[in-house]
Amino acid sequence: MLIDLTLCVGCNVCQGACKEENQLPPGEEKYLSLTAYTALSKYNDLYIRRMCQHCDVPTCVSVCPVAALSKADAGPVAYDGEKCIGCRYCLQACPYHVPKYEWSSTKPRIQKCKFCAPRLAKGLQPACAEACPTGATIFGERDELLLEAARRVSAEPTKYVPRIYGKDDVGGTSMLYLSPVPFEQLGFDARLGKIPMPMLTMSALSKVPNVLSVGGVMLGGIWWITNRRTEVAAFEASEQKGETPRPEDKP
Amino acid sequence: MKIRLLPRITRWHPIATTLILAGTLAAIARFTYGLGATTNLSDEFPWGLWIGFDFLGIGLAASGFTIVAAVHLFHAKEYEPIVRPAILTAFIGYMLVVLVLILDLGRPDHFWHPLVMWNPHSVMCEISWCLMLYTSVLSLEFAPIVLERFNILWPIKWIHAISLPLMIFGVLLSTLHQSSFGSLYLIVPNRLHALWYTPLLPVLFFISCLASGISMILLESLVFSRGGRDLLPTRLRANLAKVIAVILALYFVVRVENLLARGAWHELTTVTYFSLAFYAEMLIGFVIPFGLLVVERVRNSRRGLYAATLMVVVGFALNRMNTAITGLESYPAQTYFPSLIEIFIMLGITALGFSAFSFVVKHLPIFEPVVATPRVRQVAVTARPEPVFLTRHGGDLESS
Ligand code: SF4
Ligand code: SF4
Repeated sequence: MLIDLTLCVGCNVCQGACKEENQLPPGEEKYLSLTAYTALSKYNDLYIRRMCQHCDVPTCVSVCPVAALSKADAGPVAYDGEKCIGCRYCLQACPYHVPKYEWSSTKPRIQKCKFCAPRLAKGLQPACAEACPTGATIFGERDELLLEAARRVSAEPTKYVPRIYGKDDVGGTSMLYLSPVPFEQLGFDARLGKIPMPMLTMSALSKVPNVLSVGGVMLGGIWWITNRRTEVAAFEASEQKGETPRPEDKP
Repeated sequence: MKIRLLPRITRWHPIATTLILAGTLAAIARFTYGLGATTNLSDEFPWGLWIGFDFLGIGLAASGFTIVAAVHLFHAKEYEPIVRPAILTAFIGYMLVVLVLILDLGRPDHFWHPLVMWNPHSVMCEISWCLMLYTSVLSLEFAPIVLERFNILWPIKWIHAISLPLMIFGVLLSTLHQSSFGSLYLIVPNRLHALWYTPLLPVLFFISCLASGISMILLESLVFSRGGRDLLPTRLRANLAKVIAVILALYFVVRVENLLARGAWHELTTVTYFSLAFYAEMLIGFVIPFGLLVVERVRNSRRGLYAATLMVVVGFALNRMNTAITGLESYPAQTYFPSLIEIFIMLGITALGFSAFSFVVKHLPIFEPVVATPRVRQVAVTARPEPVFLTRHGGDLESS
């Protein structure tokens, strides 16, 4: 989805449509919550819509120990509450603070935007994109949206900052943003680079087989060598006492 | 079991019982009302005190693999008397951590899922596997002590037969998950404060667990003694102390060098909540104990060692809590203080651990040398009489 902040008028229709689609209690909400999978926040005159970015290399998917979160080829990052063990690593790790936890439940689950996966399967647009009256949110193939975004920026370079947010941020996301002001002023974390976050832990995890194989050989070797040493020491000690006859192959 | 010259907790039993009872009540509340009502955790601060406790428990239980490696793999046989206490410490430590993890999980009924639903990209998945496998290894290492007590000898032979690969496997697993606890935070460079976040987290976690594991076992060897005799002769204790000092120095150098390289030392030039927390952990856990342990007189004195190792353990606790809590408070400008229920559960579980330890020590031959292990008589360094190792049948091993 491409979200053009210059076109957003803050009517909140997208949130209403989202709540209806997901059967959430109606009512305007300012922040993402268990009952708001998308929310508008206001920065000066601009409204910015937040939701799960459906990252191309999702951090949440990489950290989940039981693969309760998964990325579909079509884009959506889906959640399976039947698998989830409730470790909350996804809450901790998501760079956009998206997943919300049912803290008050004794069988808590995660809640977040589902990218209207059932609608996409039927060939429909996500509810929010369909509802948006100004075209601030449009839905399409990622490649085409990128082209469209680039076209808008080059057509009116004074209107936009020259950046398509989500093109490569944290490895690229399904949500693309265009803005008239730098994204850091809109509450986007400037410290997130272009490298997908999962690479950070992969660099450590990829060493696991090495540690196991090299470490195993090393420890075995040390055992063997030190064992030999104690044998030699014992032999020498006994030899000093002159208890055992001197063997041919004296060490 | 008498503790000489050292502070002694009197009325331990009523205190432990109260704590365990309070912890049980708190746990019942946690399961009835859910995490939201009973903890101060939130969407912004999803991990808190309990995760810190897990780090702590696992780190202090590092004695299990370090001592086993030293004695059985590196053949430092003279440390044999502390192998069993070390394995017991590790075993109890891991059991406690598993208990806390189950309380911490939102769906404890799904705790077995990582075994069947894999995600090789997840550090958490790797940790669950290591924890489970290593706890099994520890049970096998611990089993002979129990079986011996009940005179069931045939499985012992069987365990002995596989003991070498088992020990190697255990050491490797420990290396992996001790460092992986650090890797957990590699994915939150934007949340964890620069004083704690570094790509070297797994390495630092591993180095520091070595120091704390050995300190823990030294502490135990000082607190517990068998029939008025020390568990380890002064010379061996002093040697272990030297090892700790070297590890502390190594940690300090790696950590400081890394701070300088990343430019994060700027954070230390101003007095903030974070820089104070950092100074506290470094001074208490690393600098001061190192300063103490390089002095020979301290290494040879019971009180000196007691103080130094206690500081290492406390500093280690600060380090883990800072990584798990303080460091994360910088972003998104959240503060977190554990709720009473969280604290009671933690205290209750700690008390449970100590009680389990003293119970096992009372009923199983933990602080007794293994029969028929030859030992060289040590030269006395201090005036204090050196221990004489007794076999379980009362004979003096060294003179036999
Ligand atoms: S924004 Fe967060 S929850 Fe959504 S896919 Fe990315 S990492 Fe996952
Ligand atoms: S809370 Fe659930 S979905 Fe999130 S990482 Fe843990 S198991 Fe996966």
